[in-house]
Amino acid sequence: MDLFVQQVLAGLAVGGIYASLALALVMIYQATELVNFAQGEMAMFSTYIAWQLVQSGVPFWVAFFLTIVISLIGGVAIERLIIRPARNAPVLAIVIIFIGLLVILNSMAGWIWTYTNQIFPSPFPDRPYLGVNVQELGAIGVTLVVLALVFAFFRYTTLGLAMRAAAQNPTSSRLVGIRVGWMLALGWGLAAAIGGVAGIMVAPKLQLDPNMMGGVLLYAFAGALVGGISSPGGAVLGGFAVGVIENLVGTYVPVVGSQLKLAVALILIVGVLTVRPAGIFGRSVVHRV
Amino acid sequence: MADSSSPAVEAVAVANPPARAMSPARLAGIALALAVALGLPFVVSDFHSFQLTQAIIYAIALLGLNMLTGYNGQISLGHGAFYAIGAYTAAILIDKAGVPYWATLPAAGILCFVVGFLFGLPALRLEGLYLALATLALALVVPQFLRFRPMEGLTNGVQGISLDKPAAPFGLPLTPDQWLYFFALFVAALMFWAGHNMLRGRIGRAMIAIRDHHISAETMGINSALIKSTTFGVSALYTGVAGALSAVVVAFVAPDSFELFLSISLLVGMVIGGLASVSGAIYGGLFVQFVPNIAEEVSKAAPWAIYGVILILFMFFMPAGIAGFVRQIRGWLRKRLAGSPADG
Repeated sequence: MDLFVQQVLAGLAVGGIYASLALALVMIYQATELVNFAQGEMAMFSTYIAWQLVQSGVPFWVAFFLTIVISLIGGVAIERLIIRPARNAPVLAIVIIFIGLLVILNSMAGWIWTYTNQIFPSPFPDRPYLGVNVQELGAIGVTLVVLALVFAFFRYTTLGLAMRAAAQNPTSSRLVGIRVGWMLALGWGLAAAIGGVAGIMVAPKLQLDPNMMGGVLLYAFAGALVGGISSPGGAVLGGFAVGVIENLVGTYVPVVGSQLKLAVALILIVGVLTVRPAGIFGRSVVHRV
Repeated sequence: MADSSSPAVEAVAVANPPARAMSPARLAGIALALAVALGLPFVVSDFHSFQLTQAIIYAIALLGLNMLTGYNGQISLGHGAFYAIGAYTAAILIDKAGVPYWATLPAAGILCFVVGFLFGLPALRLEGLYLALATLALALVVPQFLRFRPMEGLTNGVQGISLDKPAAPFGLPLTPDQWLYFFALFVAALMFWAGHNMLRGRIGRAMIAIRDHHISAETMGINSALIKSTTFGVSALYTGVAGALSAVVVAFVAPDSFELFLSISLLVGMVIGGLASVSGAIYGGLFVQFVPNIAEEVSKAAPWAIYGVILILFMFFMPAGIAGFVRQIRGWLRKRLAGSPADG
């Protein structure tokens, strides 16, 4: 039973990371109907920036907030410089641009910081408290705080309302004076910042290297789809669920081990999707013919 | 509107003229390209012949992917899986059963057709991104299965299977690489001819109709489920044959060659070459094979950054791929030529 609780908690800790990244994906998806495949690499890059800051002697939490600000600006810049010029291109062409962005960020990180693993410091002590790892609790806590902040931002602020309006109905929003283009850019910035937090939280566990976010992004993508990509709350729950499923399957099904963990998790997810094609919390969109 | 569920691009639908017989100019162009292709291995080194062979193989795989995504509107991020299945089928048949290399291609094709068709059945319920995820899962699962312990008797696990490069038959004065180039070229010509005929016939039109508006297509009496899963099967068949050819040409298979990266490369090649275009598959094959090398020559330190920049620039300036760009230039030339008597 202890093992079970431990594994569920460990699952929630990584699940929180998936949830954050899933939320970042959903934010961009809702505004543009596109899945940003470079989201994971953007998070990885942010994490390296945080690491660089900590290495040069900046206290952890200062580095943490500085990284969030830098990621926000970086996200806005990427939208303005790379995504916006191609906004009228066919969907798959934009997907290829995302892939281009992904390999550029990955390669640049490898070039600047090399491909060797770096130890990333955690602000939380790596010791058990009542049988539960404090680092994991800390990661869950930070993730929950971030998610609550994002929720409050969209629910209670004018800017959040404007961003939701711009995503839902660009034409009407423009008519009431919302600068839709900038709202999109801001969405990219926020997504990058959320991704940055997720990267910083997962780095102590995975160690820092340019390829660390590949698997994480896949899980986040899966979480977002299982929860329903049209529903931010669903995506967050989906992310947590994927984390827990992944951990439990890896622990209790011996043949699977850590090798086939990813495969089994994905098969489960595809199974869910064939039964509920719009995800568990998603609305299926009905089109008028 | 069915657009959001059919990712393969409204722009392409317009640029996809009704199928008709080839014009003499077009035939002449193809003949010229074939003549150049036949002469190339005598001019370039063995290594370059080998690289060109791989470009041809990618082109076959891309034609398969293009049938599914470009013509039928079903996104696949997992065609590397079919490539891997084809390659392993060939390798296992040659290594364990002593089957001659040329006979493994149909076997790989048929197996991949069956797997693709079966995978296409549940995939019927999934559209757009959800299908992308399902195929992505396939791409991730297959290499892990190839490494899987209990399968090692067949797949040799992480070590992979080494094969012998077949020599030229009938005492032809060709090096193995030259011979394999011609062999691949022959297979490719056959498959492109068959594919082109299928795409411009009744089935091809049905595929496009489903992509553009599946409800209208069904109203017109097209069996959407059957066509979609058959397309999946045929697409997998093409990619599987390409995989089998690659196993023969490289003379080695290992799980590492079939990671997600391969699937992504195929997707990139298809879009850069041009969606819903047969010739696009050839441009795409050349791109997938040669552009990473070019990027490496530009910058040894961060070759993939250069590759990424090239991808983004291509999509900025040729959003409909190289085939779309060529089509644009041809249209422009035709207009100029048609307009010039009036001007002058």
